[in-house]
Amino acid sequence: MIDGEQALRTITYREAVREALREALQKDERVFLMGEDVGRYGGCFAVSKGLLEAFGPERIRDTPLSESGFVGAGIGAALGGMRPIVEVMTVNFSLLCADQIINNAAVYLYMSGGQFNVPLVIRLATGGGRQLAAQHSRSLEGWYAHIPGIKILSPATVEDARGMLWTALQDPDPVLIFENSGLYNMEATLGADAGPVDIHQARVRRAGRDISIITYSASLYKALEAAETLAKEGIEAEVIDLRTLRPLDERTFLESVARTHRALIVDEGWRSGGISAEIASRIMEGAFYELDAPVARLCSQEAPMPYAKHMEDAVLPQAAGIVDLVRHMVNAHG
Amino acid sequence: MAEFRMPSLGSDMEAGTLLEWRVKPGDRVRRRDVIAVVETEKAAIEIEVYADGIVERLLVQPGEKVPVGTVMAIIRTEAEPDTPRPTASEPVSPPAPAKAATPEPMEIQFPAADRRIKASPYARRLAAHRGIDLGAVQGTGPGGAISAADIQRAVPSAPAEEKSRPVPAEDKPAEGPHTAMRRAIAAAMARSKREIPHAYFQTRIDMQRTLDWLAAENLKRPIQNRILPVVPLIRAVSLALEEVPELNGFWVEGRHRIAEAIHIGFVINLRQGGLIAPALLNTAQKGVDELMAGLRDLITRARSGGLRSSEMTEATITITNLGERGVETVFGIIYPPQVALVGFGKITDQPWCENGMLGIRPILTATLSADHRAVDGHRCALFLDALNRRLQEPSTL
Amino acid sequence: MKPKRTGKPEAAAVDRDHALHLLRAMTRIRRLEEKCAELYSAMKIRGFLHLYDGQEAVAVGVMQALTPEDAVVATYREHAHALIRGVSAGSILAEMYGKQEGCSRGRGGSMHLFDQETRFYGGNAIVGGGLPIAVGLALADKMQGRVRVTCCFFGEGAVAEGEFHESLNLAVLWQVPVLFVCENNLYAMGTALEFEHAVTDIARKAACYDLPSTAVDGMDVLAVETAAARAVAAVRAGEGPQFLECRTYRFRAHSMYDAELYRSKDEVRQWKKRGPIATFTQKMKRRGRLADADVKAIEGEVAREIEGAVAFAEACTWEPVEDATRFVYSEGRMP
Repeated sequence: MIDGEQALRTITYREAVREALREALQKDERVFLMGEDVGRYGGCFAVSKGLLEAFGPERIRDTPLSESGFVGAGIGAALGGMRPIVEVMTVNFSLLCADQIINNAAVYLYMSGGQFNVPLVIRLATGGGRQLAAQHSRSLEGWYAHIPGIKILSPATVEDARGMLWTALQDPDPVLIFENSGLYNMEATLGADAGPVDIHQARVRRAGRDISIITYSASLYKALEAAETLAKEGIEAEVIDLRTLRPLDERTFLESVARTHRALIVDEGWRSGGISAEIASRIMEGAFYELDAPVARLCSQEAPMPYAKHMEDAVLPQAAGIVDLVRHMVNAHG
Repeated sequence: MAEFRMPSLGSDMEAGTLLEWRVKPGDRVRRRDVIAVVETEKAAIEIEVYADGIVERLLVQPGEKVPVGTVMAIIRTEAEPDTPRPTASEPVSPPAPAKAATPEPMEIQFPAADRRIKASPYARRLAAHRGIDLGAVQGTGPGGAISAADIQRAVPSAPAEEKSRPVPAEDKPAEGPHTAMRRAIAAAMARSKREIPHAYFQTRIDMQRTLDWLAAENLKRPIQNRILPVVPLIRAVSLALEEVPELNGFWVEGRHRIAEAIHIGFVINLRQGGLIAPALLNTAQKGVDELMAGLRDLITRARSGGLRSSEMTEATITITNLGERGVETVFGIIYPPQVALVGFGKITDQPWCENGMLGIRPILTATLSADHRAVDGHRCALFLDALNRRLQEPSTL
Repeated sequence: MKPKRTGKPEAAAVDRDHALHLLRAMTRIRRLEEKCAELYSAMKIRGFLHLYDGQEAVAVGVMQALTPEDAVVATYREHAHALIRGVSAGSILAEMYGKQEGCSRGRGGSMHLFDQETRFYGGNAIVGGGLPIAVGLALADKMQGRVRVTCCFFGEGAVAEGEFHESLNLAVLWQVPVLFVCENNLYAMGTALEFEHAVTDIARKAACYDLPSTAVDGMDVLAVETAAARAVAAVRAGEGPQFLECRTYRFRAHSMYDAELYRSKDEVRQWKKRGPIATFTQKMKRRGRLADADVKAIEGEVAREIEGAVAFAEACTWEPVEDATRFVYSEGRMP
């Protein structure tokens, strides 16, 4: 038996986040987790289950339903020398603390002329697809990525769920980590020594020569599934997982487009004014002369999320839609 | 309806500035009429129309610089009645696609008059790099758009394209017309040297007989009609090409295409700097007097900016003559997509052996640069031999 | 829990040095604000400019209870708080000039004075936005076992914000060492207290969170000082957060200029009679703690300080425009 094989184990995305939290709490006593139902309940998505028993109520701190209050308190605690991890149950509720995130966390360093940095990590569940309707299915990562002063992470893999948190905690500035709630049950194999990963580079998750599919979060798997289908037809799609939406690693996707000459952006966010528009613009700015077809986007339909399953499926980007679009792009353009 | 587009007057031309219209809406035009004057990096050039009809609309104003392929005017061909013009205010949208979750961008239908060559940026870059006229490529994309694959099909054996990004427009320093011409020459020459495997051949030719014949001929003519020594050379090249037609033609789309007529591009040095190689058309059918008149006219117009578009594009081979500048031998660079270039140096008195006798003769060094993709050495040798033979029998010129 | 009302301030205990100290502090604020108004008119200062005239007793009185280790979170009407906390008039003015030697490098202006050295956390211009941050700063101290106080100033306008209620609830729930100071100047911009609050007794609102709260005459620097001293002592003693409502009045417009349609000139005149500097000076003179010469000396001293501050600000330099994106993110890693 080889050591490496023994060391491999299969864990879920949820367990990976929990492991990352546990590691952070163990390694740095300034770290604490705060949010609604993170302690006694075990976390809305059971991510922090068991941590209260291990670390106590001071460091696994339940909060009232006061998003603005406890996110602001997280900012204050970060300013006061702690390394808070604030869990906002879902991105939908983050609108209640958008003032603290956007008007305070994102600007304190700048507004104070470089004196007060805010080493705060905010974790938020995001995404649709679970029949939770309009108020609980938003994907606002791209919307937050509009704001200078914060960093936006979107771990799509178990490895990133395990590794991004610690790196984010080492960052001197506010970092928002968006965990797609549809991924919590996803399993993957990790080494026992799996640990911190970089938070500034996109990754090519599948190499291909015919088109670059640029995506992030749960849409990554739809893109990969589509790529497999397309491969059977001889179309080789390159799939890029952005991982970080701010700052955008444009180098990776521009280089990819320079190889494939076609780009499709898949985004659970809306098309109008979304991060997909930003990526398309970066491609125009940086790789216009490489393009052999118009940049295409597959985003959520421009509607609040409907409840009915068939309607929700129709609103969200799906693998079949990616296949259709890519087929059209590649065949119609050569 | 026929579209009058900004022509490509050379592989290095990307855009042109309209200087003047020679027609107005309602004018009747005939094929080959000059209807516009366009400024390119190289010169002001008169542009012919290739349709018979009536000028329906002029779409570009004098002073405007437009890319090659831009529709500049609409010509109503004779058979068509007056038609109402499509207007920009009435775009037609297709019905919304039935499929959910795959929103397609709205297709905006542009009025027909605004149509131009649709090609992807990458395809344009490839075409420019390979010297392919987009107008000659059949696009297979939506609405006939040309994609990279169409270009690649056009020239399957073309070298891999460069990875370097073009310089963004704002980074380009402002440049005068001379610099622009320099860049154009640079682009064409660099491309030639990069793509064309040049083979070089040289021979020395005794010009005694030709010069004697020329002197005799010129005695018969008034001074203003006298024939320059280069004219019999052009004539001899034309006749030699009839014997070795492979050198007269193009390498396009990975294939060697022999031209039917012989149009000799003649390199003219411009006083303001730079050079230009307009064509003397149908040289095989023209005698020395006609050639001399044509050459004189061509040089005058090249230097005053009155060249016709066909003269800029139709050369099938090029002659460079540096004799009057004192150069003995010139190995020229082929002007793509042509496959050959003939170089002439200065005629100098040199010792010469003929039939075992040593004498002093006026000697010309003639060279041939040939595209080895198109022709082999043997054919080139035959050409130089034919050229020599013609110049030894000047009465046949 | 019922809010306490403070009794007679302990004016008798004030000695001459302390009287001079308080008068000097309030005079510095008044003269700085006057200079700001002048410089604004001269277009040296731009943006919003909120002046503190009339409220001097609050900043001065409360600050007496704080030590250098404590933290201050303030609002956009914070020149006084920064000045009394120890930020120099020069760097405050330079900030308003937009100069890079300003306390926030010219990035903040009048509304965003920051100073790391004195733990002055702004200069927060979203009403109510500073309260949760103060709770967090106090939480950090508590979790790290440090005995220090975070003092959070805000106006009665903030009391209508959700963040006020969230923060008070969190502070009491977690028993963090924070002192909330509500400067109730009766007008949230142009809306009077009674048009804004169903319950106009602010201290009572705090009390219903079981937060020990006191209402005090905010025009009386000694009353404020006494109440703040008690409250801060309680916080320091680990008794949890405290709440202090200072009932005060601003003499000038909300921002540099407004039409003041929302209040009468007579009302302003009446309040000015109770001006904190005038009443304190009279009181101290009556008690023989201060003489006319003292007042004159302080005025002269402060005038020189302000003059020097203006000269400093004038001489300061502009940040190069190439630096516009500096400090969006930290430079280098954290220590």
